[in-house]
Amino acid sequence: MRDAVPVPPPIAMLAELTHRCPLSCPYCSNPVELTARQKELDTATWLDVFQQAADMGVLQVHISGGEPASRRDLVDLVKGARDAGLYVNLITSGVGLTDARLHELDAAGVDHIQLSLQGITAESADWIGGYKGAFKRKMVVADKIAEIGFPLTLNAVMHRHNLDDLPEMINMAKRLGARRIEVACVQFQGWALKNRGMLQPTREQVDTAKRVVARAREEERGTLVFDFVPPDYYADFPKACMGGWGSTGLNITPDGRVLPCHAAETIPSLTFQSVAEASLSDIWYRGAAFAAYRGTDWMPDICQGCDRRDIDFGGCRCQAMAVAGDAAAADPVCRKSPHRPLVDATLETEARRSGSGEFAYRKFA
Amino acid sequence: MTNARIPVLPRGVRMHFDKVRGQNVLLAPERTLFLDETGHAILSEVDGQRSIAEIARHLAALYNAPEEAIASDIVEFVDDLADKRVMEFADA
Repeated sequence: MRDAVPVPPPIAMLAELTHRCPLSCPYCSNPVELTARQKELDTATWLDVFQQAADMGVLQVHISGGEPASRRDLVDLVKGARDAGLYVNLITSGVGLTDARLHELDAAGVDHIQLSLQGITAESADWIGGYKGAFKRKMVVADKIAEIGFPLTLNAVMHRHNLDDLPEMINMAKRLGARRIEVACVQFQGWALKNRGMLQPTREQVDTAKRVVARAREEERGTLVFDFVPPDYYADFPKACMGGWGSTGLNITPDGRVLPCHAAETIPSLTFQSVAEASLSDIWYRGAAFAAYRGTDWMPDICQGCDRRDIDFGGCRCQAMAVAGDAAAADPVCRKSPHRPLVDATLETEARRSGSGEFAYRKFA
Repeated sequence: MTNARIPVLPRGVRMHFDKVRGQNVLLAPERTLFLDETGHAILSEVDGQRSIAEIARHLAALYNAPEEAIASDIVEFVDDLADKRVMEFADA
């Protein structure tokens, strides 16, 4: 028997209300097999999940999708989450949010809005999002969000085709009065993995982006906060994915499966319980999928003996699965990983490409 | 005078008592700050009406502590929060 390390309660919950979305971004974080509307949890079940989450120690709920505004009961769900005691963060593309609905969401208690940005011009953003007219509508919604006074984070999803526009994206965040900007370079899971050859930035782009962020961070201190997720294929060490598996956050899919992270279903050896079959607390504290990579016991020797063991927790399990074919391997982006040559070979090929071609847009099967 | 500034929590930043952990927290956009007793004592007085100096005077009397030291603690605390964009200062 080893000493049992007590499992802390989760702090945050990602609630993917639906996979429906007017956009079809080729790097969508939803799984490649999308869940149809008929299978989505109903209003009452979501409200119960929010209450269970608050009761077990979740403090913040990130209401997302797909596009959460595709749910007709969005306002009721926001109100229910607030009533349960949760801090409500609405993660949206903005497309589909009307003036009236924004005012209802304000009254229902949305604490903060995270608005995604695909590009800086209509031409680029609409091409990436796969929806003509989306950018124009998003800008109208962005102005309305600022006018109502919601605290705003601009989530700029960055890759080969827009990384050079980063300074303009930062300017847009300032113009909209955003308090935060997430410079979120695409992480290669699911749809993004399918489109990796098109999305992979060049090393020059990444180096420039790092300089732009470092300078802007100084210039905008106290005005705009930067959250920078660099492209990890170019990194020396992996990201501290989820702050450690099963340690701080959980994710609910549209049909109620409870995951340790949004991409966890790409690991075929794991099975996931649903909110229909067990309580959230049972799943968090006793579920096999959460126990699988929690703590450090599961780690390979190179992670166990590494001085970064408790800094990056071995990195991303889904990336280990995707690149090395083994979810229990060290994250292959790590310089110490025996699989790092696979990542370097990929970069060698992809960064040399012209970047022209077609996206495989996200779509329902 | 930095102590004349009036601290105020902006919209979307609020204190919350976390019953499960038995701890006061500050909830903010994409951020949860767990508060120690000092932080909680200061934030409990931040009302968008009183200046740092006034809050320091009040806390000094309440805890029977030197006002200057308390004022400097408050400045350090609110400036750090302002850098994180979870604290603002009311227009004078």
